[in-house]
Amino acid sequence: MKILVIVPAYNEECCVEGVIEDISRYFPSGDILVVNDGSGDMTSDIARNLGAKVIDLPYNLGIGGAMQTGFLYALNEGYVGALQFDADGQHHADQIEKILKPFLSGSADMVVGSRFLSDGGFTSSVQRRIGSKILSFVVSSIIRQKITDTTSGFRVYGRKTLEFFSSVYPEDYPEVEAFILAHKKGLRIVEVPSEIGPRTGGKSSITFSEAFYYMVKVMLAISVDLMKRIDRT
Amino acid sequence: MDIVKIIAVIVSGFIFFTVIELIRRDHLKERYSLIWLAASIVLIVFSSWRGLLHFIALKLGIYYPPSFLFLLAIGFLVVLLLHFSTVISSQSDQNKRLAQEIGILRSRLDLLEKSNDSQDSEPSKG
Repeated sequence: MKILVIVPAYNEECCVEGVIEDISRYFPSGDILVVNDGSGDMTSDIARNLGAKVIDLPYNLGIGGAMQTGFLYALNEGYVGALQFDADGQHHADQIEKILKPFLSGSADMVVGSRFLSDGGFTSSVQRRIGSKILSFVVSSIIRQKITDTTSGFRVYGRKTLEFFSSVYPEDYPEVEAFILAHKKGLRIVEVPSEIGPRTGGKSSITFSEAFYYMVKVMLAISVDLMKRIDRT
Repeated sequence: MDIVKIIAVIVSGFIFFTVIELIRRDHLKERYSLIWLAASIVLIVFSSWRGLLHFIALKLGIYYPPSFLFLLAIGFLVVLLLHFSTVISSQSDQNKRLAQEIGILRSRLDLLEKSNDSQDSEPSKG
């Protein structure tokens, strides 16, 4: 009953060490796989020296392609489930146990840790908060289930979900789109509260027009996903 | 036979034989060659038999027959571009899958080599 912790990393030499140590401290029973998405820095060497499994992609595939590599690996190696843990140092490994619970009890095919369901120190810009609210409204209406944090990179995927996502996983806005696709596939999604810290790595600040453009593109991606033909399990 | 007709026949014949030659030299896959062959044959037919062009154009209510040719050309280009888009999509999917498999294989190879090395360095048979 082993679980694979997938850490997608693109030029994260600043944070990958802390993330791996954090995971192995709070979740020692899991195997850590760092998917190095064509980084030009020391990400891959640092992870390897810390004893993590490392997959070096020959060139940058984007977060979607990197995660899918992890899904393929988890399936090939016979893991019962996989956990996504972004390498930017936002997540705390002490939350892993909490997010695994619905999966281990068999009541969810995909569990998402939501920063908005918990009240632990999280602040962000106005643009981001408005954007999050809109996305959460759109996704919740489509899948007819309350989703508060559509862009969370802290997730658990069960075997069924891994099988589906290893063949179909969105490239453009994978976190948001995954809800739509998983729902169409008939997979059970559960959201649990998860505390989050500020990014320890690079700053991601966006202007209002960037935020607007982002929203338009995400909406287009969602519309395309809605048109896709997916056979329910 | 007017000069325009001669030029039109020569040009469309040239396109036709270029396509044939590209196929012969294996520069063009059969899959893509069919649509080009079809287009060049249509061109040859219309340029050598202008009565047909006029007849069809007038039947369709097009009063300036050459614009029917433009219509055909644009239709052909749209179909071709759409076809290319699907080809690019499927190739980028295959490309992604290849990169993923290469990454996974390389990590397994590293593991295998490491375990081989540690076996080799063990004192053998005392």
